[in-house]
Amino acid sequence: MTRPRIVRAVAAAGVAALLVPLLASCSADSTDDASGAAGDAEPAPGVTDTEIVVGTHHPLSGPAAAGYASISAATTAYFAYLNDNGGVNGRTIEYIVKDDGYNPATTQSVVRELVLEDRVFALLNGLGTAPHSAVLDFLDENEVPDLFVASGSPVFNQPDEHPWTFGFNADYTAEAKALATYAQEHFPGKTTCLLAQDDDLGEDFAAGLVTVLGEDGLASEQVYTTSNPDVSAQVAAMKQAGCEVNFLAAINAFSALAVGTAAKLGYQPQWLSSSVGGDYGTVSQYLGENAALLEGFVSANYLPSHFSETDEWTTLFRQINEDYNEGAPFDGNTVYGMSVGYLFAEALAKAGETPTRQGIVDAVTSGDLRGNGVVPLALSATNNGAYQGVQVTVVAGGVQEYVGTPYTAEPGAGEVTPYTGGPVALEDDGIPSS
Amino acid sequence: MDHFLHLLSSGLARGAVFAVFALALVLIWRAARIVNFAQGAMAAATTYVAFAVTAATGNYWLGLAAAVLAGALLGLVVERGVMRHVARQSPLNSVIVALGVVMVLQAVLGIAFGNDYTPMRVPFSMEPLWVGGVPLLSPYDLYVIGAVAMLLLALGLLFTRTAVGLRMRAAAFAPETSRLLGVPVSRMLTLGWTLSAAVGAFAAVLVIPTELGLNPHATDTLFVYAFTVAIVGGLDSPVGAAVGGLVVGVLLSLVTGYLGSTLAPIAVLVLLVVVLLVRPAGIFSARQVRQA
Amino acid sequence: MSAHSRIDARAARWRPGPTLRRLALTVLGLALAITATLALEPYRAYQAAVVAAYLCATAGLTLLVGRGGQLSLGHAALMAAGAYGFGLTSNALSAADVAGPVRLLVPLAVGVASAAALGALLGAAGARLRGPYLAGLTLAVVVAVPAITSTFSRTLGGDRGLWIEIERRPEALRPYVGAEQWQAWVALAAAALVLFVLGNVGSGSAGRQIAAVRDDEAAARLAGIDVTRVKVATFTLSAAAAGLGGAVLAYVTQIANPGAYSLVFSLFLVVAVVVGGLGSLAGAFWGALLLVALPELTSSVTDALPVSAGLAQRLDGNLAVLVFGVLLIVLMIAAPRGIQGALTAARRRDMRPRRPARGATPAPGPAAQTQGDPAARAPTAG
Repeated sequence: MTRPRIVRAVAAAGVAALLVPLLASCSADSTDDASGAAGDAEPAPGVTDTEIVVGTHHPLSGPAAAGYASISAATTAYFAYLNDNGGVNGRTIEYIVKDDGYNPATTQSVVRELVLEDRVFALLNGLGTAPHSAVLDFLDENEVPDLFVASGSPVFNQPDEHPWTFGFNADYTAEAKALATYAQEHFPGKTTCLLAQDDDLGEDFAAGLVTVLGEDGLASEQVYTTSNPDVSAQVAAMKQAGCEVNFLAAINAFSALAVGTAAKLGYQPQWLSSSVGGDYGTVSQYLGENAALLEGFVSANYLPSHFSETDEWTTLFRQINEDYNEGAPFDGNTVYGMSVGYLFAEALAKAGETPTRQGIVDAVTSGDLRGNGVVPLALSATNNGAYQGVQVTVVAGGVQEYVGTPYTAEPGAGEVTPYTGGPVALEDDGIPSS
Repeated sequence: MDHFLHLLSSGLARGAVFAVFALALVLIWRAARIVNFAQGAMAAATTYVAFAVTAATGNYWLGLAAAVLAGALLGLVVERGVMRHVARQSPLNSVIVALGVVMVLQAVLGIAFGNDYTPMRVPFSMEPLWVGGVPLLSPYDLYVIGAVAMLLLALGLLFTRTAVGLRMRAAAFAPETSRLLGVPVSRMLTLGWTLSAAVGAFAAVLVIPTELGLNPHATDTLFVYAFTVAIVGGLDSPVGAAVGGLVVGVLLSLVTGYLGSTLAPIAVLVLLVVVLLVRPAGIFSARQVRQA
Repeated sequence: MSAHSRIDARAARWRPGPTLRRLALTVLGLALAITATLALEPYRAYQAAVVAAYLCATAGLTLLVGRGGQLSLGHAALMAAGAYGFGLTSNALSAADVAGPVRLLVPLAVGVASAAALGALLGAAGARLRGPYLAGLTLAVVVAVPAITSTFSRTLGGDRGLWIEIERRPEALRPYVGAEQWQAWVALAAAALVLFVLGNVGSGSAGRQIAAVRDDEAAARLAGIDVTRVKVATFTLSAAAAGLGGAVLAYVTQIANPGAYSLVFSLFLVVAVVVGGLGSLAGAFWGALLLVALPELTSSVTDALPVSAGLAQRLDGNLAVLVFGVLLIVLMIAAPRGIQGALTAARRRDMRPRRPARGATPAPGPAAQTQGDPAARAPTAG
């Protein structure tokens, strides 16, 4: 009797836990090396003579998959095009996309899997402020290049705090400053208001607006939460406050909801939207038959316009989309995803024949990268954000086109200045070489 | 005051839909004594049917009818195909299986139709009618409220005036006795699922066009609010679902309008705590229910 | 493998036993588990840490639901309370330049206390409520988590979460122990503590009172049991365990984040304890393991399918969810008493007659069986 009882009690506390390693090792790959505790194996993980492995986390399932799932597919298509044309320095790029459902807990798990199990060379374009914030410290500690995060939060542009992390999207604050400047020039003397998501997008955007419009520049500041798809109360309040020019710091779905709800109230203010929720293709899809409400809708962008028939980048990307992405709908996300892929390839080409993790970070901070935007890349030794400026777009006749000159903006409360250097030209069919 | 009236009316319109969806939960609770966590996903699936039929025929009403029929069919399939085989000893097992059904349905919808939102057409204008300079209910809101009222009336008659309705109630409240008295309890259970799923399908077709549009997850929030509504009103009470729906709808609207959207879930929590402290089984709970 | 599951299955029973011996064996078991982590690759060690953290929560939940008969859909909120309690304390200590073991242990304790306090409130409110009404209340709590973190975003970091400055592994260990191994140690120690405490509670007179209240409140009251007190205490203890799980998770991931403690996760915790085997600690372990292993297994299976780019875009993610859902349904129909129940049944198939299923109570209580083999007193599942 004693023995079974001992066995039971041990198991009650310990053996259950012991099973963890057992079961885990069962499911582990056959290529396990026993020396798990040792940290450093090779100088550049994920790099062989013929291949470079990079990974990312994107929402491919769940509510957030709407509007985002097509980005990683576009990046993958660009890499397929690049690989068919010899890759970079003779290496092809393998892009591992993990689904995190926009859930930070899942992000933590899949990113550790990418770094520790799949041994990726770098993380590329991890999507979302909340999910990606959850892995910042981990990536820092493991010194994994965390390139071109899909967020405009200033959190991902802190060279001192997070030297391995680099943001891609136009800084929310910079964007807000540019749009506010545009509003002052084109709609002077009007009552300005804001509808914002109740997270860092809304806060950072509001902070940018205030630096240009002044502390009391916003007559009404309304917030919404993504969990409540009804903004009639907020829009009614804006109408009540006599708002004529409304800024939107919202995702595409809620930009559409705001515009649609306002129209139902017989309220048609001028809308100026952050690039996050200002893609005409996506917003008009939500509005369906009411897409005409978007006539005159002002937003901002920093990448080639997917509407353009003449832009060389757009033409190339459209072709790649046909050849390598089964002709999926060509929209802002497609251009975005391919632009991310191009910028990574450019950085990789500059990182030398045998890229190391430090090497690619050096290439990114060298100030030599050009990207493919309408504003110059801001990446430098002291700036970890790719795009620090935008150009305003206006919807006219169902087409969203760039107007005026681009603005660049210093981070934080810095100045907004027009940029006249023109967009980056396409070279070598979008295949970077060192 | 204008602002208040507008918030009140838009809250009532939204609350009416919460009420119908909560009613679907109440129906299944009365029939099978389980909270159907798959209600939302089932209703999303049937709304895709409505969308497809409307798109093919150009007729909203055919789409609505198709969704209700598809709902009834889906309810039948889920009950006969899945729920019937779940062990009865724990009501939790049905909840877990229902969650499995949610995952299956949402994944299938995502694979079949993609993850993006699709706008839906409605038969009436959504622009509000102006009364004394205040935008109040739109024709669409009036249609929703009218449809909800008629549905409530019809179900009330079904349960109190028809033999089949009485049998369903008997089968749910006292299955053993009912069986002895010759009530086909198992068939009544299936009927409960069918009816509930049809009502849920109806509610989803009403509400989805007023939100972001059609998506595999379009009814997630609706389900959460409807569950709250059913708890507030009392899971056994169709009237409770109706009143609870309006209360929660108006509360959400007023809190969002005056205090900000962020606080809305906290307000719902507070409402729930207050109601349950006073009436532990919902506002319209019957006394004997607590011993059931 | 079969030997292990047998040991495990027997171990799961809540049975009386001298506390001291239980303690000694817990320590022994923990030492073995900790040694075993040294053989793990870093990623697997991280997964072991997460399993152990989830185990704290599922063990607490299975006590509440399985033995107490109170359904909580809000255990993710209790984990969040633990995580934020841990994070705020750890950051405050770091700001005050406190380092050393204090900076690990005090935040963990505060995390447990925060969750226990919230649990006591919920327990007090829930003591009057029946099944679905308590479920509805706890669901509303978990839905309110993001609203609370947004409302107090200056303190709690809003949607993005609260970054946590943590106490890392001791300097002396660094050459030999990786960061993930150390995290697994902390998590395993926490899980061992939870299993020890809950094991004792479950097998002692407290456990009998909890079950008596679940089976028949009126009878329990007649027998002199303070029903409300027992319910509140059960909820508080369950919450404390979940809070420790959340605190450990916050330590391992260095962040407390509302998105990680969503309604979906909360529902998954319930799924885990039921699929694992309701009411037993071993079942709680199976559940915690499933929460970590199943998503990875399903996605590795679905990743292996050769499909075209366009189709892959739709299948990505969704297919894994589909497989997960089908597995849930099949498992629940094939093994209604969960994994642990199936294992126990397989072992005892011809040793005892089947008990008749009982109505609304999740698991037949110990009071129901008094005769025969003491092993039969184990509420194997429900």
